[in-house]
Amino acid sequence: MQMTTTFDEMWGRGMGQSQGHSATASDDGASGGPNSRSSRMTQAQTMYEGLRPPYAAFDAWLKGENPGRLLRKQHEAEEVFRLTGITFNVYGRAEAAERLIPFDIIPRIISGREWARLAKGIEQRVRAINAFLHDIYHRQEIIRAGRIPVEMIARNAAFLSKMIGVEPPGGVYTHIVGIDLVRTGEDEFYVLEDNARTPSGVSYMLENRETMLQMFPELFSRNRVRPVSNYPLALRRSLAACAPAATRGDPVVAVLTPGLYNSAYYEHSFLADKMGVELVEGHDLRVVGGRVAMRTTEGYKPIDVLYRRVDDDFLDPLNFNPESGLGVPGIFDVYRAGGITIANAPGTGIADDKAVYSYMPEIVRFYTGEAPILQNVPTWRCNEPQALRYVLDNLHDLVVKEVHGSGGYGMLVGPTSSKKEIATFREKLLANPGNYIAQPTLALSTVPIFTRAGLAPRHVDLRPYVLVSPDGVTITPGGLTRVALKKGSLVVNSSQGGGTKDTWVLEE
Amino acid sequence: MHDPLRLHVRHVTTYDYETPVPWGLQQLRLTPQAHKWQRIINWTLSYEGAQHEATFEDQHRNTVDLVSVEPGATSLRITCEGEVEAIDTAGIVGPQAGYCPLWLFERPTPRTEAGPGCAALVDSVKAEPKLLLRLHDLSAAVAGAVRYETGVSQVGWTAEQALDEGRGVCQDQTHVFLACARAMGIPARYVSGYLLMEKEEQDASHAWAEAWVPDLGWVGFDVANGISPDNRYVRVATGLDYGEAAPVSGARHGTGGEKLSVSVEVRAQ
Repeated sequence: MQMTTTFDEMWGRGMGQSQGHSATASDDGASGGPNSRSSRMTQAQTMYEGLRPPYAAFDAWLKGENPGRLLRKQHEAEEVFRLTGITFNVYGRAEAAERLIPFDIIPRIISGREWARLAKGIEQRVRAINAFLHDIYHRQEIIRAGRIPVEMIARNAAFLSKMIGVEPPGGVYTHIVGIDLVRTGEDEFYVLEDNARTPSGVSYMLENRETMLQMFPELFSRNRVRPVSNYPLALRRSLAACAPAATRGDPVVAVLTPGLYNSAYYEHSFLADKMGVELVEGHDLRVVGGRVAMRTTEGYKPIDVLYRRVDDDFLDPLNFNPESGLGVPGIFDVYRAGGITIANAPGTGIADDKAVYSYMPEIVRFYTGEAPILQNVPTWRCNEPQALRYVLDNLHDLVVKEVHGSGGYGMLVGPTSSKKEIATFREKLLANPGNYIAQPTLALSTVPIFTRAGLAPRHVDLRPYVLVSPDGVTITPGGLTRVALKKGSLVVNSSQGGGTKDTWVLEE
Repeated sequence: MHDPLRLHVRHVTTYDYETPVPWGLQQLRLTPQAHKWQRIINWTLSYEGAQHEATFEDQHRNTVDLVSVEPGATSLRITCEGEVEAIDTAGIVGPQAGYCPLWLFERPTPRTEAGPGCAALVDSVKAEPKLLLRLHDLSAAVAGAVRYETGVSQVGWTAEQALDEGRGVCQDQTHVFLACARAMGIPARYVSGYLLMEKEEQDASHAWAEAWVPDLGWVGFDVANGISPDNRYVRVATGLDYGEAAPVSGARHGTGGEKLSVSVEVRAQ
C-alpha cells in the first residue's frame, strides 16, 4: 500500500503514520505556548537570541553589508532550493512545489558553551530512551518498580509485542534520534518531543549549511562554526557499528525507502547518496540464504544494516500488516535470527509516545540515576487528584490535551479561550479526568530573520540529530532550526508559514 | 494415570500448487519445547520443495523456522516427526516463561474480540466464585455453544463468527474460550499441539486454551474434549490466538490455486 504524506509530516514520525506529533509548538501550538492567534505570547517575557554574544561577529559583518546585496543573496538561496526542489519535482507529484520549505539566510547562532550543556542533556536523554526500550521489551523493571503505571504501556498501540525478548544487534534501539527543543531562557531548554522512530529533516540541516557556505564563504572565515557536513559519514559509521553477528567483512548498509511518491523520498536518496550506500525499495529485497539480500547485476547481495524509512507496520507483510507492499516479507524473522540490523529497531514508538513523554524525567532518573539535564514541559496528569485541582484552578493559563489525542483535537488553550469555552471544557475534564493532561504555555525564544524591512524577531525550535551505536552517542553540532516566518506566530510548521535556517554552533 | 506416556507423532503438511510457485515463504511452529511435564526424546523437522532460511525463538518462546519455497516448486511437503514423553499434571503448566507480561494475555485480538455472544456465555458462568471451576464451566459452555464439527468453519473466523454459526473446530472453540476468559479479565492464550486419540490417523493438529489461575499459573482447558490436558497431549506452540501459534503460515507469489492436505498420526509407544 502506497502511503503519501505532505512535507509537514516529515516532521512527524515518518512515512505512513497519520498520527501528528503531539507536543510540539508547531502542530497544535499548545505545549510550547498558545497558537499563533494568541497575543499573549508576544507580551510574555520572550528571549531574543539575536542580541546575545554568539551573534557579535556576525552582527559586525552584517553591519558592513549592503541590504540590496543581501536581498539578492536571499533570492539566490531560494533559487538554489527551488532547483533542488525541481529535482524532487521531476519524480514527485504535481504539488511538489508546495513542498519547498522557505530558507532564511540569517543563521541561528549557539555558543560552544551553550551547546556543550545541551549536548550533555541530549546524550543523557537518548541513553535513557534506549535503556527504557530495552527494559520495556524485557523485564519491565520500571513498571515493577512502580515508576510508571502499567496502563501507560499495556494500553499503548505503539507497544510492539513481537519485540518482546528481542536483543537488537549492539543493544541499540534508536540508532537515529531527533530531539525537538525550544528555548525559553539563558540556560532553559525544554524538550517538546522525542523522535525515536524515523526523525526526518536532516537533509535540510546539511543543505542549509551547504547553501550558506556557497553564498557567504567570508562568514565562515570570520566565525569558527563547527561543521555538520560529516553527518552522512558519521551515520554510516554508526550504522555499521551496529552490524549483526551474521556480517562477513565490511558491513553492507542500505537505505530502505517507501518509494518515489513518499514526501521524504528526496531525503532518502540524498542520505543514501551522501553515505555512498544503496537506496532500495521493498521489491528490491528478499530473504535469501537466511539473509535479507538486494538484487544486483551479480545476483543477490546480503545487507547487514538497513536504515529503513518505512514504518513498523509496513515493514514486513508476513509479520505485520499483510497488505503492505512496501516491506520485505520475512525480514523480521531474519532480524530475530540475527541476520540483519533494522534501524531504528521496530517498536521504538513506545518511547516517543505523547503519554509516555510526561514520564520522561522519571525515565531519565530511573535508568541513569541522575537528575535530567533537559527540562520536560511540566505536565499535570489529571488522573492525579492534586494535579486535577491545580489544573481546574488555572484553566485560563494552561493548555489541556487529551492523553491519546492528536492533531490538536479536543483540547483547550486556556489563554485564548473565552470564559464560556473554559466552563464547557471544565465539565468535560471533570467527567473524565484520566483522559487529560495539562501543560503551561511557554515563552519561546526568538531569533532574527531577514526581511525587506531589515531584521525581525521570529520564534524558533531546534531539532538536533543524534546517532547511537555501541561506540557511543554522536550529536551533530546544531541541527535544524525551524522558524515561524509570520510575525508573532509560534507555528514553525512549513504549511503555516514556517521556514528553516542554518544553525551554527561556534567553537569556544 | 501419572505414568509417563511415550507418544509418537508424525505430522505432514502438503501443498500442491496448480502452477509452479515463483516465490514463497512459510513460517513453521512445529517444534515442541522441553518442559518438566514433556520430555522430547527425538524430534525432526524436514521439508521437500523448500529450504531453511532462519530459526528463532519468538516472544512466546516458540521455536519458529522460516523456510522459502524453492522457485518453480509445484509442491511443498513439511514433515515433523518425533517422540515425546508426557506426564499428567492435571492441565497445570505453571509459571509464565519468557518476558511476556501477563497483561498481554488479557488483551483481545481481532479474532478474540468479545461481542454479544461471548457476553452471554460469560453471564452464564460468572456466578461461580471459584476461578478454576468457573473456567471449567466456561469450557463446557463453549462446547455447548460451538458444537464440534469439521468442514464448516473458515481459518479466519473470529470467536463471534463461530458463536453465530454454532459450529466449528477446536480452533474456533479455543478462540471463544479466550475471548470469554479475557472479557472476565483472566489472562488466556492459545495452544497448538497434538493429542493421542482412539483414532491414530487425524486430519489436523489439535488446539486448546490455557488460562492464568493465581497460585497455579497457566492451566490448560481443552474445550473440544471437555478436560484439562493430561499425558496424552503434546504442547507445541502458544500465542494470543491461532495467528501467533499456527503450525504453518506463509505467503507466496503465483496466481494458481493450491491444495492443502494435512495428516497427523499420534500413537502411544
